[in-house]
Amino acid sequence: MKLITAVVKPFRLDEVKDALKSAGVAGITVTEVQGFGRQAGHTEVYRGTEYQVDFVPKARIELVVDDDDVANLVSVITEAAKTGKIGDGKIWVTSVDSLLRIRTGEQGPDAV
Amino acid sequence: MEGNTAWVLVSAALVLFMTPGLALFYGGMDRSRNVLNMLLMNFWCLLIIPVLWVAFGYSLAQAPFENSLIGGFDNAFLKDMTITGEDGGFGLLVVAFLGMLAVITPALISGAVADRMKFSAWAIFAPVWMLLVFVPVFKWVYGGWLYERGSLDFAGGTAIHVNAGIAALACVYVLGKRKGWPKEGQPPHNMPMVMLGTGILWLGWFGFNAGSALAANGTAIQAFMNTFLAAAAAGLAWAVVERIRDGHFTNLGAASGIVAGLVAITPGAGFVAGMSPIWIGLIAGVICCYAVGLKSKIGYDDALDVVGVHFVGGLVGSLLIGFFSDPDFFGTDVMAGIFYGGGAKLLVEQAIANGATIVYSFAVTFALMLILKATIGVRVDEEVEVGGLDQALHAETAYNN
Repeated sequence: MKLITAVVKPFRLDEVKDALKSAGVAGITVTEVQGFGRQAGHTEVYRGTEYQVDFVPKARIELVVDDDDVANLVSVITEAAKTGKIGDGKIWVTSVDSLLRIRTGEQGPDAV
Repeated sequence: MEGNTAWVLVSAALVLFMTPGLALFYGGMDRSRNVLNMLLMNFWCLLIIPVLWVAFGYSLAQAPFENSLIGGFDNAFLKDMTITGEDGGFGLLVVAFLGMLAVITPALISGAVADRMKFSAWAIFAPVWMLLVFVPVFKWVYGGWLYERGSLDFAGGTAIHVNAGIAALACVYVLGKRKGWPKEGQPPHNMPMVMLGTGILWLGWFGFNAGSALAANGTAIQAFMNTFLAAAAAGLAWAVVERIRDGHFTNLGAASGIVAGLVAITPGAGFVAGMSPIWIGLIAGVICCYAVGLKSKIGYDDALDVVGVHFVGGLVGSLLIGFFSDPDFFGTDVMAGIFYGGGAKLLVEQAIANGATIVYSFAVTFALMLILKATIGVRVDEEVEVGGLDQALHAETAYNN
């Protein structure tokens, strides 16, 4: 089992969600996050005074999947989240030791 | 007579609404951790000033009319102000209307001291300032020595905006800069709140200016029209300057310009006509837009630009009466401005009236703040300033989610 974590532009979140659903994913977890990368922040001007905003809002998507599905789902996310402009985000994959569905007690790949 | 009563009743209620409007205007510009402190500084004026106004304030500010420096106690505690007199209670209504002005004048100062003043110090400052500074200046301008000299102030450009604006400057010099200013950015936390407050202020200002005619007559109509036009013109000017200078049309620029225009037309609302309010608005909008930048150049931390908008806007508007005053519309007892054949005499009187107000208000406010600083202290601890005034001073937080 693998945990796919994707940090994407918030306005692409709906497309990513729809694409993952179409690909057969049963559930994802989404968090509103902020940070900076190469896109850095932006500048706001109030009454002529500039304020540097260092953190940019992003959406973080997390999902646990079977090893066999990782490559496909990463490309699904990539395709849905991509705008080609700076700040599109990142996707990383980590190994998951154990997984449990609370309601049924199912464990491991059965709980995905 | 009934018409006058009806209009001034409505106007007084409109002016009352300006103080909550001002609270939202300032509160939205403030930071989320201090917004409730800002609102309460304004609402505090709504609690304490009306009580003091009917006790001593009105009488000292107005009666007897012949006094040129300060009134007396003829009408203290509403003595002789009843609805059974010859005026049918109109005098009592004027006490209420002017009381609304007395509420908002110290409230204007709150924007300058944002983020760092002890609430206990503000709780004392606001009413004492109203009695020691607002009341005498109000008397000078309306019935006192400045009035006798011929200077004009229709609804309170000198008595209210220049007065409170220069007092705000005195306050921030005693109070000191906010931690981190000007290096750390402190942008507005809720711009929609600022825009709502601006709308409420504009609405209320029709009562403020047109109500200051104290009658339902042509002067009220002209003051209403002037209030409408000057605010629009100044908002337009400020927004366009920002678009050219900084690259964007902004909400805060539009809102600030509207308020600057309202301030600037206040002194002349009942003395100018025709296209004059548009010129006054455009001039005030451009000048105030640049004036708010002075604080970082000179180094006084006027948090929400009370000096740049109210002092500068009020001063510009008051001096411009010296050019635009038009007695053809408002009667021959009013001096004409330079553009209407009156020469520079009125402009000189406007300068004297504002000069006297600036010196008196700054000196007394500075002394009052120094006394408060030496006794109860005027500034919160650094820990409170960093952690937020709402939680530390009021045991409340604005946003819980």
